[in-house]
Amino acid sequence: MPQEYKLILKHADEPGYTPDIDCYLRHGGYEGLKKALAIQPKDLPDGKKMSPQEQIREDVKVSGLRGRGGAGFSCGLKWSFVDRRSGKPIYLICNADESEPGTFKDRQIMHKDPHQLIEGMIISCFANDVHLAYIYIRGEMPEGAKILIKALAEARAKNFLGKNILGTGYDLEMYVHRGAGAYICGEETGLIESLEGKRPYPRIKPPYFPAVLGLWMCPTIVNNVETLCNVKHIVEMGGANFAKLGTPNNTGTRIVSLSGQVKRPGYYEIEVGKATLGELINDPKFGGGLRDGRKLKAIIPGGSSSKVLKAGEKFKLKKKDAEGREVLVETDMLDLPYDFDSLAQAGTMSGSSAIIVMDDSVDIVETLANLSEFYAHESCGQCTPCREGALWMNKALQRMAHGQGRAGDADYLVKIADNIPGGRTICAFGEACSWPVQSFVGKFKDEFVAKGVADEARRAKEVAAPGEIKQLAGAH
Amino acid sequence: MSFTVPANLAAEVDELITHYPVKRAASLMVLHAIQEQFGWISPEAVEWTAAKLELPPINILEILTFYPMLRQQPMGKYQIKVCRTLSCALGGAYELHHHFCAKLGLDAHKHGPQTTADGKFTVEFVECLASCGTAPVMMCNDAFYEGVSHKKADDIVAGCP
Repeated sequence: MPQEYKLILKHADEPGYTPDIDCYLRHGGYEGLKKALAIQPKDLPDGKKMSPQEQIREDVKVSGLRGRGGAGFSCGLKWSFVDRRSGKPIYLICNADESEPGTFKDRQIMHKDPHQLIEGMIISCFANDVHLAYIYIRGEMPEGAKILIKALAEARAKNFLGKNILGTGYDLEMYVHRGAGAYICGEETGLIESLEGKRPYPRIKPPYFPAVLGLWMCPTIVNNVETLCNVKHIVEMGGANFAKLGTPNNTGTRIVSLSGQVKRPGYYEIEVGKATLGELINDPKFGGGLRDGRKLKAIIPGGSSSKVLKAGEKFKLKKKDAEGREVLVETDMLDLPYDFDSLAQAGTMSGSSAIIVMDDSVDIVETLANLSEFYAHESCGQCTPCREGALWMNKALQRMAHGQGRAGDADYLVKIADNIPGGRTICAFGEACSWPVQSFVGKFKDEFVAKGVADEARRAKEVAAPGEIKQLAGAH
Repeated sequence: MSFTVPANLAAEVDELITHYPVKRAASLMVLHAIQEQFGWISPEAVEWTAAKLELPPINILEILTFYPMLRQQPMGKYQIKVCRTLSCALGGAYELHHHFCAKLGLDAHKHGPQTTADGKFTVEFVECLASCGTAPVMMCNDAFYEGVSHKKADDIVAGCP
């Protein structure tokens, strides 16, 4: 039976657990940092020495930790790209711009256990020779910013931050930087521009890989809140032990944000891949199933940008048989293990691990119209295909949602969506705004066409009897 | 028109500037601090910030016009921001927004923030506030509210002196 496994959220929801440093210290807080700072250089067989910093970085690689922000990229590999020979300072930024629709996990960490994040950041900074770091928190979380600022002051007072941390000679300063309501700031190069005090227009890669040319053109690490918390646990338990959690290539735990039409929406921390999509939605320990009398219609499995899954869809999933041979097994969408690789094989992604559930009471056209309004609003406007395309798709979908659909709209929408991503834009927002349209229209095409056809028929009748033309309420 | 900065704000701004090796990086945090004090960011405040950070005013204006949270005109004393995005919409966000507008005499179909004639309330839809499991959610100034029923909405309005 699938179980919750609380690693990051071990204490957050315990009665009496408070975000202050004394409570954190009573629960073993900052022991990971002390352990990290006490690591001694290791002699290698070839006579070379491995520094404590290199040992931590190696351990993070061994742990198999993949980024929790959305892309699922190997954290150890990301750190290995950092240019350490340039002589420039290296910066670390915590991406706390949690704003992918459906996602509300980082909020829990920052509000309830801010020191866990700070400890994870200090260890990560130490491991990467960083002396100045920022927490970029979204503007709509003023409470979270206040909690973090207070927590940083507490950590400074205990000398976990500042000059000569715990007498080791290591200096680190850390500040909170607030965004101001723009989703694009979650894109790491947009975030860097925003932190520099500019419009958050993402930078083109190459050459602007943050690991080489990041903040102020210096090597920069940008990691998600949950990812950085994991570093603390990797140091405490060892990378090899961490890798035993979860499933191969999908190690550790993930906090899943579950929302939409289930009985028990909320956040659930699981070992990666140890529960299926269906279990997360239907098990009484998790979502508890759909509302009474309702049937499943669709699931957005990894934040609003991930491609939608239609109820009843089947996928060929790679599995090992008894003799270790790779075989393809037909798997229902509800039986997909909730991990990075299985969802990728199903043509979508676990993204920011945010599941939005839709039952059969939902109008699929209106649902997509809602999402497309989000993307039209949030496109930064830098690249023409995205700026114009996101707006065109939204205009067509709002028109449809307000009874002015056309039979050709389904094809029209896909045509626009197909022409935005794939290297035509600087950042992945082009993909993010297209994937929902491609997948919703692709998988529910009959509903889009039927709506367009019905609207056309109704309008034809209205033209025949002009007295009956009605202004539709709410049309933009 | 001159722009007078109270001593506490001046001190806060000076402190913020020390957080960054490059002054320009402080601009967003300085604008937040100014908006907290005055409720909006006037053209004079833009000039003042630019001078403070040794930048041409356009560098401040360009970010002021980009970020939805930064205001170029005064808003209501209480700013009600209702989350509009999918999970909240499934949880009744549109009905909640309509409820606020009807209660405060505003047009629910109008785009963008709207302020009541007495300047007390501003109501607007915002995009995902990252608390989708407790939909519908909203903010009233810095306070955050989850699972907002129409009754709770009435209480929030009644709780604004």
